[in-house]
Amino acid sequence: MAIHIIDRRLNPGGKSLENRQRFLRRAKSLVQGAVKKTSQERDIKDVLEGGEVTIPLDGMHEPRFRREGGTRDMVLPGNKKFIEGDYLQRQGQGSAKDSGPGEGDSEDAFRFVLSRDEFVDLFLDDLELPDLAKRKIAQTESEGVQRAGYTTSGSPANISVSRTVQLALARRIALRRPRKGEMEELEAEIAECTDEETRAGLVAKLEKLKAKSKRIPFIDPIDIRYRRFETVPKPVAQAVMFCLMDVSGSMSEHMKDLAKRFYMLLYVFLKRRYKHVEIVFIRHTDRAEEVDEQTFFYGPASGGTLVSSALQAMSDIVRERFNPADWNIYAAQASDGDNSYSDGELAGMLLTDKILPVCQFFAYLEVGESGGSAFDLSDSSLWTLYERLRNGGAPLSMRKVSERSEIFPVFHDLFQRRETQEKAAP
Amino acid sequence: MTETTRRLFEGADWDFHTLQRIHDACEAVATKQLGLDVYPNQIEVITAEQMLDAYSSVGMPLFYKHWSFGKHFAFHEASYRKGLMGLAYEIVINSSPCISYLMEENTATMQTLVIAHAAFGHNHFFKNNYLFKQWTDADGILDYLDFAKNYVAQCEERYGRAEVERTLDAAHALMSHGIDRYPGKKKLDLRAEEKRAGRRRQHEEEVFNDLWRTVPTGPRKSRTVLSIERRRKLLGLPQENLLYFLEKSAPRLAPWQRELLRVVRHIAQYFYPQSQTKVMNEGTATYVHYRIMNALHQQGRISDGNFLEFLHSHTSVVFQPEFDDPRFSGFNPYALGFAMMQDIERIVTNPEAEDREWFPDIAGKGDVMGVLRDVWANYRDESFIGQFLSPKLMRHLRMFHLHDDPEERAGIRVDAIHDERGFRRVRRELARQHDVGFIDANIEVVDVDLSGDRRLILHHHVIKGAQLNETDAKRVLQHLADLWTYDVSLIEVDANDKVLREYVVSPRPIPAAA
Repeated sequence: MAIHIIDRRLNPGGKSLENRQRFLRRAKSLVQGAVKKTSQERDIKDVLEGGEVTIPLDGMHEPRFRREGGTRDMVLPGNKKFIEGDYLQRQGQGSAKDSGPGEGDSEDAFRFVLSRDEFVDLFLDDLELPDLAKRKIAQTESEGVQRAGYTTSGSPANISVSRTVQLALARRIALRRPRKGEMEELEAEIAECTDEETRAGLVAKLEKLKAKSKRIPFIDPIDIRYRRFETVPKPVAQAVMFCLMDVSGSMSEHMKDLAKRFYMLLYVFLKRRYKHVEIVFIRHTDRAEEVDEQTFFYGPASGGTLVSSALQAMSDIVRERFNPADWNIYAAQASDGDNSYSDGELAGMLLTDKILPVCQFFAYLEVGESGGSAFDLSDSSLWTLYERLRNGGAPLSMRKVSERSEIFPVFHDLFQRRETQEKAAP
Repeated sequence: MTETTRRLFEGADWDFHTLQRIHDACEAVATKQLGLDVYPNQIEVITAEQMLDAYSSVGMPLFYKHWSFGKHFAFHEASYRKGLMGLAYEIVINSSPCISYLMEENTATMQTLVIAHAAFGHNHFFKNNYLFKQWTDADGILDYLDFAKNYVAQCEERYGRAEVERTLDAAHALMSHGIDRYPGKKKLDLRAEEKRAGRRRQHEEEVFNDLWRTVPTGPRKSRTVLSIERRRKLLGLPQENLLYFLEKSAPRLAPWQRELLRVVRHIAQYFYPQSQTKVMNEGTATYVHYRIMNALHQQGRISDGNFLEFLHSHTSVVFQPEFDDPRFSGFNPYALGFAMMQDIERIVTNPEAEDREWFPDIAGKGDVMGVLRDVWANYRDESFIGQFLSPKLMRHLRMFHLHDDPEERAGIRVDAIHDERGFRRVRRELARQHDVGFIDANIEVVDVDLSGDRRLILHHHVIKGAQLNETDAKRVLQHLADLWTYDVSLIEVDANDKVLREYVVSPRPIPAAA
């Protein structure tokens, strides 16, 4: 009998991907809620990892007619001591009932695993880069080349052989250029021919064909085609993110942790928009330095507080390494708000003249002690300064945060899709 | 014979030639020794991920797209990753050719077991059992599924995904009540079904719908109100196939929606025999693989070591925990089926006096395979257990019957045990437990209020006081009402026609997109 053995292992995987997407789309609000809840409990680093989420089954339930209750009869194996007419004590509140197959709502929560991409997508779903940034993206384009059909003129290096030969063939057929085989056939016929008269006729025919084939060249200059290239604008696909942080003695571990969380979110967010994201860490006391991540968050430092030093450092680095024409520049500054009183003027000037014009986005995050409500206190010196700048029209975003759980809402708030503004802004 | 004494394989590794050899060796035993009659086999080797895929679409190789399959996949995948769930060694599809999926990580012994089990055991059962012959069309199913998949995709393109999803959700909720339980109509021919789909759609757009005949057209109708008898007859009532009824009579469904209901109904019908023959189907397959593996071992084609590996898998498959064992979750169909098949073998070849009294037709008849093939062809779980469960096996499994009446204060009564007085009662009760008609709620459309608000009236005939789960019932009825587009009421009545409970559900407004 015929038998077929088929190896399906090499078939493309992910056959159920579409069903999965449908499921996620349907459960979107539930999953999104779960993702946000999970991400609050987790380290921001792990947010990137995707992983298991639990959603209530309710919205995803597939109902069907089920019977329950009533008198039940069952046949069971493994009788040891019962005889007919015995009574078995019901255990507790009808626990015998619960053990029935297909009954009970044991499935009220539904756990499953999200991939990293799905997780991040859902996590950042309703967020968007602010309008300002989009305008800038449009301006900061560079040019690239791309194939765009054929042309009749060009450099020899760009000759398209296949297209040229193709056109030549078409032309030869159209003009009925005699084929080589045709003439060879004729020559053979002449060689075999004995009758003088036909021979003369054949020779004349051959001559005619030869002349024609000379008149119509194999490849004519008009056949030649060159590959055409076109320059197209390419959006800049790289971004740099500046993390500025005050590390003077007044910043506690808790405050640094808040700042870190914010930076991580921003990083995840940028990473999704841009292929290549660089991070520059600048910490400052009364002088600023560029450091690596470890030092940035955990390295000890102490001193006074001069915000302008960090801004100056950032401006220098931008000038040296990140040409605003090639890079999308984002900056986020975290501080407890202390600044030396005399520094305000200089910081404000640096910000408005050097930093803000090259930045897509500048966020200031004022971190406070856990439990201490930052909003009741009088505004810090830095907050006052930035607020004045913002009221003067500078595109600054600023928020105050004192609890870990506030980080995401604040971030969300900063980048929320604002459709009305989008329309209003030209 | 050197051919038969050569080992099929050594150790655990296998390749495609090994599979071919295994199949040929199994086939020789199956056809010559056991006299099985099977569809041509198609064996497909798949990965764990593909197995999970198959799980989520009820084991079929191709299926239309729906979110619920995605949900099941996510669920299975999560529990598989955590190691909570092992995957089946195989999945077999009732089609011609009969497709068996083999997991790639099975050892050579396991592949032999699986080929014997699925490609011959299940295959023979599919081809010969009367229920499958009556209700399923093995030749047409794959084509029909292909048609269904494309049709659903087309509908989504034409009428929007949300609309299609709404209809399918509703149809899925009613799937267990979209089955013809009694023959009478002709056997399904799925290929013709697929071809006719287009024509039928066109036809039904024009077809006369009885419901509309009663829509008042003038100031005063001269027509008398239809008598109840006539109305019921016209609508084919009472009707227990809810999907069929909606497809034919729901007043405001679009033709494509009717076609979708039809697709879901056909698929439900296709699986109906499988739900009625779990014990027999698995019993047959297990018995067949046991016979084939033993034969191969006797021929020396499987080494002793590999045979022990087989026995290890086999015994865990047919393991039946006792009722007080934490692992107990009802009767294991493999265990019960296999035990009964072996018991029949014993009765046929080596009966005792008791067996001669209980099974005069088969006791001592001698031709084991003849009797078994006849049983496999002509019974379903309920009748099989009802007729062939022997006292000896009841004693062996120490079966007993519990009667749990919530009214009874004293507790759960032991109604019968495995003794002379109880054999027949235990057997009858176990057979009833395997009667699908008895397990599913008995719900039927009894009337449509044609002279009034076109309310659809259903009855649930409550058996032994088991009413419907309220939340689920409301949701299903909501789906039903959405399809019907008028009010739907479900009345639960007991054996004396006493109304126990009434649900009334109104359809939800159709979203603006529609």
